[in-house]
Amino acid sequence: MQVPQGVDADWFDREVPRVTALLDLVALVGRVLVGACRSSGRLALFAAEGLSHIVRPPFYGRMFLRALAEIGYFSLPVVALTAVFTGMVLALQSSTGLSRFSADSAVASLVVLSVTRELGPVLAGLMVAGRVGAAIAAELGTMRVTDQIDALSTLSTNPMKYLVAPRLLAGLIALPLLVVVADILGVMGGFIIATVKLGFNSQTYIANTVNFLQTDDFVSGLVKAAVFGVLITLMGCYQGYNSKGGAQGVGAATTSAVVAASVLILAFDYVLTELFFAR
Amino acid sequence: MSAEPKLTIRLRGVSKSFGDKKVLDGIDLDVATGTSMVVIGGSGSGKSVLLKCILGLIEPDEGVIEIDGIDILTAPREQRAELRARIGMLFQNGALFDSLPVWENVAFGLLARKLCTRAEARARASDILAQVGLAASVGELSPSELSGGMQKRVGLARAIAAQPEILFFDEPTTGLDPIMGAVIDGLIVDCVKRMGSTAIAITHDMASARRIGDRAAMLYKGRIVWEGLASELMQTGNEMVDQFTHGRREGPIQMELRK
Ligand SMILES: Nc1ncnc2c1ncn2[C@@H]1O[C@H](COP(=O)(O)OP(=O)(O)OP(=O)(O)O)[C@@H](O)[C@H]1O
Ligand SMILES: [Mg+2]
Repeated sequence: MQVPQGVDADWFDREVPRVTALLDLVALVGRVLVGACRSSGRLALFAAEGLSHIVRPPFYGRMFLRALAEIGYFSLPVVALTAVFTGMVLALQSSTGLSRFSADSAVASLVVLSVTRELGPVLAGLMVAGRVGAAIAAELGTMRVTDQIDALSTLSTNPMKYLVAPRLLAGLIALPLLVVVADILGVMGGFIIATVKLGFNSQTYIANTVNFLQTDDFVSGLVKAAVFGVLITLMGCYQGYNSKGGAQGVGAATTSAVVAASVLILAFDYVLTELFFAR
Repeated sequence: MSAEPKLTIRLRGVSKSFGDKKVLDGIDLDVATGTSMVVIGGSGSGKSVLLKCILGLIEPDEGVIEIDGIDILTAPREQRAELRARIGMLFQNGALFDSLPVWENVAFGLLARKLCTRAEARARASDILAQVGLAASVGELSPSELSGGMQKRVGLARAIAAQPEILFFDEPTTGLDPIMGAVIDGLIVDCVKRMGSTAIAITHDMASARRIGDRAAMLYKGRIVWEGLASELMQTGNEMVDQFTHGRREGPIQMELRK
């Protein structure tokens, strides 16, 4: 029989009788599960350690501000453009679908609810994951393979505290701020299309928007954004921190960071929506 | 002084494999306080891995590593971090922080331990840079703007900046011209003698091995095959060391080249 590769075979597999294909299958499933548990366990430990350093001194304010600028400020253009176009498309799409009914209020409510609850945080999260998650993984990965992370610990500096914690905190704070901007611009994009192209009355549109928007919608979006911010920076740090094998390893870490962050964003989006709105 | 020299670093049976490749195979090594040990050995013989094991950056599979009588492999994390902070390390490739200017690299350990303020750090960094033969203006550059040899000297400056009790040098003079190599050797000897530091240096340069080292050890196939006074390196009577120090092609050490 062929021992499937990938996961530590020896301790799990040693006593499995190699008689039937069924048992092989069970063993394979088990191994994959053990492997998955082990890597998610490692990730969880990494996250716990990184987050715990946010509240334990010494603090590296300089590193935090740098990360905040990188994640928040420099992501503004990308997030802003994404939001405006999304709002515009939403207005256009919904008006063609809804024109037979009372389109006026429907378009306004659809735009504002989709943007604040869903599209603002998710699209901003995905854009930032592509931009920042990759950059973090590449930077930390390069530091790892050139011994810079090892060098930190010989210079009385805990790399988790110096490199990881400031980025996690910056992600936690920057993403909600970005989403506030995205929400405003998204609604504005919808407003422009509705009034300029579809000929809606601007005052009614604004009134409808304000009427439909509730604090819950807005706040749930911000909470999602904070969670996404941590996910993005966490995956970037984790992949970069644990990368090995030179330039190729760093490249692989970068890809994994973006893919993992994007998938996790969508998964957590579902879970959080369930928590907030499913009654 | 007592007759028994105090041991700062003590290794017993340290082994490390990567996959099925045994890189270290039962290393025993003693380095007494205030002395320097030179480690020689072929490329890929595990010298850098040995230093990283002592630093606790690589976990050995077996063995005991003691620094000042404390077993670093079983010590609690805070104690390990404390011990590590007493060691200055020059990495083989420099490992300079490329997001920081050179002066901040040099002063990094000082700032991390709050031994000086940021304002003082710049002047301190210039002083230390001068010791390794670099002008103060180099401090404003980014590490990527330096030549290989300059990077090595900045790495050295960073390692000695906080005057650590233990110093590790991974090929300190590789990539330097002979004169600068001699200057750096002098600086290392100075650190050991003046500051009373304990040092382990890896080198391929026999002249510098004799200049830096009190004692020397040769690593081959994961084991220490010879250990003795560095001054006797050139006439040890050990065939392997002789072949290595004289750079002969014929001898007990066979390079794994395809015929
Ligand atoms: N992280 C690692 N993963 C796998 N193998 C490694 C790792 N680090 C080192 N090795 C292997 O260990 C062996 C010893 O490496 P090491 O860097 O200690 O050599 P060295 O004696 O310092 O050589 P050089 O004089 O060329 O610097 C090499 O064969 C290398 O392939
Ligand atoms: Mg080496």
